[in-house]
Amino acid sequence: MVVVCWDGTPPRDNQRRERDVLAQSISTVPSPIVAQAISETERKSSAPSEPGRHAVVVRRPDGPPLIELAATDPQGRSGQVACSTCHSVRPPNLANRSSDSLDEFHQGLTFNHGTLACYACHNPEQSDALRLADGSVVEYRDVMTLCSQCHAAQATAFRHGAHGGMNGHWDLSRGPQTKNNCIDCHDPHEPSYPKMIVGFKPRDRFLKDETKHDDHK
Amino acid sequence: MTTTNDPSPAGDGGGDRSLPVIANPSRRTAVKGAFATLGAAAFVAAVSPLRQAAQRSSAAEFMQSHYKRLTDEDKRQVIARLEAEAKENHGVEVEIADDRPIPNTKFVYAINLSVCNGNGKCVEACHKENNHDRSTGQSYIRVLEMPKGTMDMEQGNTTYSGVVPKDDKFYLPVQCQQCDEPPCVDVCPVKATWKEEDGIVVVDYNWCIGCRYCEAACPYHARRFNWKQAEVPAEEINPDQSYLSNRIRPVGVVEKCTYCLHRTRRGKLPACLEACPTGARVFGNILDPDSNIRWILENKRVYILKEELGTKPAFFYYFD
Repeated sequence: MVVVCWDGTPPRDNQRRERDVLAQSISTVPSPIVAQAISETERKSSAPSEPGRHAVVVRRPDGPPLIELAATDPQGRSGQVACSTCHSVRPPNLANRSSDSLDEFHQGLTFNHGTLACYACHNPEQSDALRLADGSVVEYRDVMTLCSQCHAAQATAFRHGAHGGMNGHWDLSRGPQTKNNCIDCHDPHEPSYPKMIVGFKPRDRFLKDETKHDDHK
Repeated sequence: MTTTNDPSPAGDGGGDRSLPVIANPSRRTAVKGAFATLGAAAFVAAVSPLRQAAQRSSAAEFMQSHYKRLTDEDKRQVIARLEAEAKENHGVEVEIADDRPIPNTKFVYAINLSVCNGNGKCVEACHKENNHDRSTGQSYIRVLEMPKGTMDMEQGNTTYSGVVPKDDKFYLPVQCQQCDEPPCVDVCPVKATWKEEDGIVVVDYNWCIGCRYCEAACPYHARRFNWKQAEVPAEEINPDQSYLSNRIRPVGVVEKCTYCLHRTRRGKLPACLEACPTGARVFGNILDPDSNIRWILENKRVYILKEELGTKPAFFYYFD
């Protein structure tokens, strides 16, 4: 590992960092997740953080999801409820694999993630958490542990920076790096990456309408 | 007519031995005068572009030496002048640094073609980061929409639009490959472009004569020519600049991707990588055995664009 000494940060870097943070929040793929500064090195016992090196921060959900209530109370206030608000008093249907069979909640939910049952990942005993294949509880914050059970190849590639987006520094001796979480880009219920619409296009000589201005005609 | 070896004609004026043409001074002088006038007029016409250039550029800019020959003091003056020009011409305070290579670093890029969906966010990020002309929408990156089953760039299309990715296509972003054997550097007649220690091929925009040989030599179509002075609204100008990188370029010079050296030589990731929403882009130091790049080269199926040309790119494409 090459550690390069460098005499301080130029003053403009502060401004730059603010813009980077802005850019990050804009480029974030639709997801209600708030970035949390938990270093990946904390999680990985194999890579203890070296002194003088900045952390690789993996974004995480800040907790279990909350459902926004459609109805409002007489004062016009809406509210959010935890999963356990309903699920603690309802018996789980362990066999359910689709939202089609639901008649009260989650009806619009698109589900296209193999042949998994809801309770393959959601926890029937503890509805504000998830569960691993062996039945042990895993928090929503640690959702990547859950994904990695099946998607080991992607998890390995992610650990080596070959899967998933990142921001910040390539050189950890100069600054930290922020990496996306699985569910920043992949909707867990419909994980294939969404289609996008091409926006910006350079108008260069390879574009057809440039031939209209060809001097040789 | 008795002396056959005397070349001079026998003059009637006794001792006059001069050539006959001299004896006709009025015609000789008139012809000389006419040609001298023509010559002077032609010279004035020939140097008029220079005089116009002199009006547009300061004497200091005209006399500026090659980047590699500038002393630290020269650089300080040049950069101060460029910053003042940016303030005067574009109305914005910029900071132009002279970022030098980090020792023991060789920058390498990799793109995951299994993941890239051609959305073009990298193209846009490059456009903004590097202060490209807004009206031409210039960028150092070109994304080719390719038919599946070939890596022939000629079959690619940059004009695709709408929803991506299309089922029968894959997307190939192409930018400067920072070749270890760069043909663009070989052909430059004035050595205005060269390869630095960290692998980045740079251009001294103030030394470039705009002949565009390098643009023709590049097999990746990675170089761009400034046909017009870049126009960027003051509030959109990226003030974080570097002499060899994204400072506002003069008209008539060639420019290219520098792996955002004004960022990467300060340890940051390039702008196109940060903008990529699919995470297809990977950047790092190939000399670091623990780097992401090294893991990809050792564990993924890696492809080199136009490998047969022997340009030895520092740019790799890989597949999951």
